[in-house]
Amino acid sequence: MPEGISLFEEDFWAINDELNRLLQGTNARTILLIDKAGQLITSSGDTTSLDTSSFATLSAADFAATSQLASLIGEKEFSTLFHQGEKENLYVCLIADRVILAVIFDQRTTLGLVRVKTKNTAAELEKIFSDIFSKLEKETGPREISSDFTKAAEEELDKLFGL
Amino acid sequence: MALINYASREINAKIVYYGPGLGGKTTNIKYIYTKLNPAIKGKLISLATELDRTLFFDFLPVDLGTIRGFKTRFHLYTVPGQVFYNASRKLILKGVDGIIFVADSQIERFDENIESLENMQDNLKAYNLSLDKIPLVIQYNKRDLPNITSVEELQKVLNPQNKYQYFEGVATQGIGVFETLKEVCRHVLKALA
Repeated sequence: MPEGISLFEEDFWAINDELNRLLQGTNARTILLIDKAGQLITSSGDTTSLDTSSFATLSAADFAATSQLASLIGEKEFSTLFHQGEKENLYVCLIADRVILAVIFDQRTTLGLVRVKTKNTAAELEKIFSDIFSKLEKETGPREISSDFTKAAEEELDKLFGL
Repeated sequence: MALINYASREINAKIVYYGPGLGGKTTNIKYIYTKLNPAIKGKLISLATELDRTLFFDFLPVDLGTIRGFKTRFHLYTVPGQVFYNASRKLILKGVDGIIFVADSQIERFDENIESLENMQDNLKAYNLSLDKIPLVIQYNKRDLPNITSVEELQKVLNPQNKYQYFEGVATQGIGVFETLKEVCRHVLKALA
């Protein structure tokens, strides 16, 4: 399985459709899709008051630490996590062994509904990601990152760090 | 490994600061945080103990800008250096695109550098990665202190074939900090093309 993730248009919109459907179906506040290395893939819902980079990093770290806890008691993985707050709650589950789905919700919905609907979405996303990973293994799809990119990137690095 | 999103035209890459405890990894990242233009940096997150030792990691996102239509962003992480935090260290290496090894130049820390570098290679192996695939840049830190090992001696044990670019640093004063970061960023972006 390739380590990096490259997402192309068609898959990206298919993923977003699934997330939007889940958002509407559960009445959740925000849904984020994060890779296990802590990078945000995409999100749905209200992210205006949320530092999504930090959220993605900490969710991935949370999940990674919990996986280690699981292995310490002889479990392969805890496939879902739930954090309950006074107003906001967080439900997290793993998809295709590689991607983390985080649902932030409040009292406008219930954990039961979130859990059931998320399970359905997870199954759909699993199909999409399996497809993406097999495409990445075959290395098909457009490759727009060229040596031209490297040159432009070096110029940006010079500007940014001023060295 | 880097996340390339062709639909939202974004590239995210992960850079990890590795090295022995109290070697200056967090100092590097904090210096970067204080010097970068607020418009291009995110929030600095530190999961540290009360005594300011890194418990899990520090995290700082940095926007490089838009390159050939791709919004390019680096995520900088530090690992906890102390030996007994290896489980956390290993987790942070997941999906790494480039590594900065911050070595402590002090004579009494000589062996800890070697141990840390070996530990890093073991941890990379767990993800089927190696330094043949992941760019590494070394920073010999704390060059301002009186009791330090010469760079030649450090090179002999940490970089015997001179395979990796290295910089001398005084992270507390920012010396070598951006040079090291820039070099690893360059390698990471090159590897994407």
